[in-house]
Amino acid sequence: MATIPTLALSIGWGTTLAIKTIVILMVIPLGALVLGYVFLLKMMSHMQSRLGPMDPGGFHGWYQLVGDGLKFLQKEDIMPAESDRRVFAAAPAVVVMSTFLVFLVIPMGPDLVVKNLDVGVFYALAVSSLSVIGVLMAGWASANKFALLGALRAAAQLIAYELPLLLAVVGVVIQAGTMSLQGIVLSQQRGSVFGWGGLGEPFILTQFIGFALFLVAAQAELTQTPFDMPVAESELVAGYMVEYTGFRFLFFFIGEFGTAFAFSAIAATLFLGGWAIPGLHGDLANILGPLVLFTKLMMVAFLMFWVRFTYPRLREDQLQALAWKFLIPLGLANILLTGIFKVAL
Amino acid sequence: MSTTNPPAAGFAVDRSALRHLADAQVNVELDTGDMILNLGPQHPATHGTLRIVVRLDGERVVTADPIIGYMHRGYEKLTEFRTYPQITTLINRIDWLSSFANEVPFMDAAERLMSIEAPPRAKYIRTILTELSRIATFLLFLGEMGLQVGALTPAFYGFRDREYVLNLIEAATGGRFHPNFNRIGGIKDDVPWGWIAECRSTMKVVLDACDDFEDLVLGNEIFEARTRGIGIIPGHVGASYGVSGSNLRASGVDWDLRRDGPPYLVYPDLDFKVWTHPDGDSYSRYWVRLQETRESARMVLQCLDAIPAGPIMAKVPLIIKVPEGEIWVETENPLGQMGYYVISKGATGPFRVKIRSASFSNVSIVPWLLRGVYVPDVITILASLYFILGDIDR
Amino acid sequence: MKPKIPGLIGGLGVTLKTMLRPAVTVQYPHEKEAPAPRARGVIALKEENCTVCMLCARQCPDWCIYIEGHKEQRPPRREGGRPRSVSVLDRFDIDYALCMYCGICVEVCPFDALFWSPEYEYSEFQISHLLHDKVKLGEWMESVPEPEPLEVGAETKGKK
Repeated sequence: MATIPTLALSIGWGTTLAIKTIVILMVIPLGALVLGYVFLLKMMSHMQSRLGPMDPGGFHGWYQLVGDGLKFLQKEDIMPAESDRRVFAAAPAVVVMSTFLVFLVIPMGPDLVVKNLDVGVFYALAVSSLSVIGVLMAGWASANKFALLGALRAAAQLIAYELPLLLAVVGVVIQAGTMSLQGIVLSQQRGSVFGWGGLGEPFILTQFIGFALFLVAAQAELTQTPFDMPVAESELVAGYMVEYTGFRFLFFFIGEFGTAFAFSAIAATLFLGGWAIPGLHGDLANILGPLVLFTKLMMVAFLMFWVRFTYPRLREDQLQALAWKFLIPLGLANILLTGIFKVAL
Repeated sequence: MSTTNPPAAGFAVDRSALRHLADAQVNVELDTGDMILNLGPQHPATHGTLRIVVRLDGERVVTADPIIGYMHRGYEKLTEFRTYPQITTLINRIDWLSSFANEVPFMDAAERLMSIEAPPRAKYIRTILTELSRIATFLLFLGEMGLQVGALTPAFYGFRDREYVLNLIEAATGGRFHPNFNRIGGIKDDVPWGWIAECRSTMKVVLDACDDFEDLVLGNEIFEARTRGIGIIPGHVGASYGVSGSNLRASGVDWDLRRDGPPYLVYPDLDFKVWTHPDGDSYSRYWVRLQETRESARMVLQCLDAIPAGPIMAKVPLIIKVPEGEIWVETENPLGQMGYYVISKGATGPFRVKIRSASFSNVSIVPWLLRGVYVPDVITILASLYFILGDIDR
Repeated sequence: MKPKIPGLIGGLGVTLKTMLRPAVTVQYPHEKEAPAPRARGVIALKEENCTVCMLCARQCPDWCIYIEGHKEQRPPRREGGRPRSVSVLDRFDIDYALCMYCGICVEVCPFDALFWSPEYEYSEFQISHLLHDKVKLGEWMESVPEPEPLEVGAETKGKK
């Protein structure tokens, strides 16, 4: 898009590309920072009856993660002597790159989407699974038994939980009738619940099984407790990331929280209505849309992190059994039900 | 064999004597096919400096050998050259989480050798402090086993609620962790004004915390999946290895020295239940300790209701010389059965003290227990056995 | 009959409940909690009571008290009496790098020259500064609290 019609602004092709690039590059670190601060530092602390960082920056320690980031940047770049240097250096970049690519299709307003692909959902899920390669690269190149164990566990887990993720989304696609994320948002905005269009029709109401499935599978994709065997802190001490220090570790960290941000955004878009509130159109939607999406995203992230801080972790075989024997049949049943209701009603 | 300090000429070295467990395990590294995982002395999962050399076949354990001694402080040698009050200070530090409970059997042994008895008020206060230290260490266990299994939050609740109990112990004795409060013939000081009321309200906090743990950890289906059926110790195997305390009671063996052993402190006058569980797995060990925490809180409330007025110190001479004799006293410590064998030759300090610590025997079952389990289960089992390195190594 | 809530949901309830309550953190050094009056923070010396009997140095399990003294002759109290010999304290150091905070020295002193104080903020950057000499030990006397009243039913009054 090169114009924002109602604002009567006409921006050239090059400027648009520049703005889009800058937004994508900024939104992941900023999103990771906000999610990390609000949930990891503050929400987790209050759930544990403590305060979290209070001093850095003066006001409730908001500067803590920024300071941590700067600290990581100035550290010495250590590579294990026996590691495969190029693979070791490339692995964090591969993990983070997939997160950046997901944001290309997430709509933040009726006109605020980098590229409104017709197969948006398909593309988003495909690209987010590229991080598995990065994890394997990290584990292998570290030349460390613990890291290898962690990487193998992680790869098996990530591959196993791709399927429930996909099946959960298929239900939404059937109900919306389109794979484009912008189209899904608009169909939720225009829909109605038993004839009342006040809230639109967020798909969470009909696709509650899909929502639960998506959250569980996203939790596993992010290797968060209860699925954090790969980074089991009390056993393998950071698993596949154990040999990484400095800014490479920062990449992994940004990748983890950036992916949480991305998955929350996708869940908010698919199930909660994305940037749309019924009655919000045109110019106002372009300005308020990102804020609405952000609010919904934080609600989904709250659920994910709440579960993360409460539950113990599942053992590897239990985790796999849960995915293959329970979640996938549930997803298939969800699709069946959705199809029946879509055709019958 | 040191090259900088070689043996003198003519000294015959018995090579077979040099072969001990650690060396044997290092040589095994050359075996192909199995992987050796060293849960080394520094590891978040082992509670202290315990080294377990685990031979893995994929994710299953083939053999596991614990190597202890990294924290040996020579307690039994130290006691040969110290007087009884000095030893009381030192033995606080054997099991540092429930340090008051370590002093009790030793003081009991010395008092029995001297044929004096502490006055009733002193006994009640000793019982209250022993049960408080039991609560303190079990609250830590309830939180920290959740941490080992992967849940971050219970650990903080354990530490937070433990602080209230430690504040109580500090108000009475002056030290949070190392009370050093027992003296031969009684206790050092009486408790300060308002302590009994504060103790009552703290016990309510403890009971609420136990309910929280039951909701957060014990009732959690994931926790059950991680701990049910893991690390089953049959009762007779546990008893033959010398496992004691909550570990044995969780295997269905109904044995508690507070009720079944020779009477000590005021336990004969208290009405308490001994909790057992038939399963013997990690879940039941957690369950038994949770119930025992609640039971200890109730026992403290009973003692607070029944505490008599009176002196806290029997008539003892200024310089205490314990008469000649030998005696063995064992008590139900939070970690298990702890005992002291004291040999006195009439001096101000003992001639020899042998310390039977609970965790040493509890850890002896680890090689038998860890055969054939998965690596994550190794962590769960070690956490559920609940040993303290200071108790193992002394 | 209450329906049985699955444990997974119950656990979430506990963390949510804790999150909504105020945190228990005391933000040291901006806020400080006062320790119990009996807390064993530091040992204070009342020099005029000390007779250099060396009991504390002998009974210390760590041998962290260093005492030096000498005998002096004082004039007799009455006419015609013989001069009295008085022990004068030259040096009384406690090495807090070794001290176990057991309290045996405070307990065995027959002349009540040593007292416990709950003061705990005396960390140093150099370990040699943890050797407190008798001047510094005398300064700690200001922070020694009054003996507190005992619980109902106690026989002895006040702190020993």
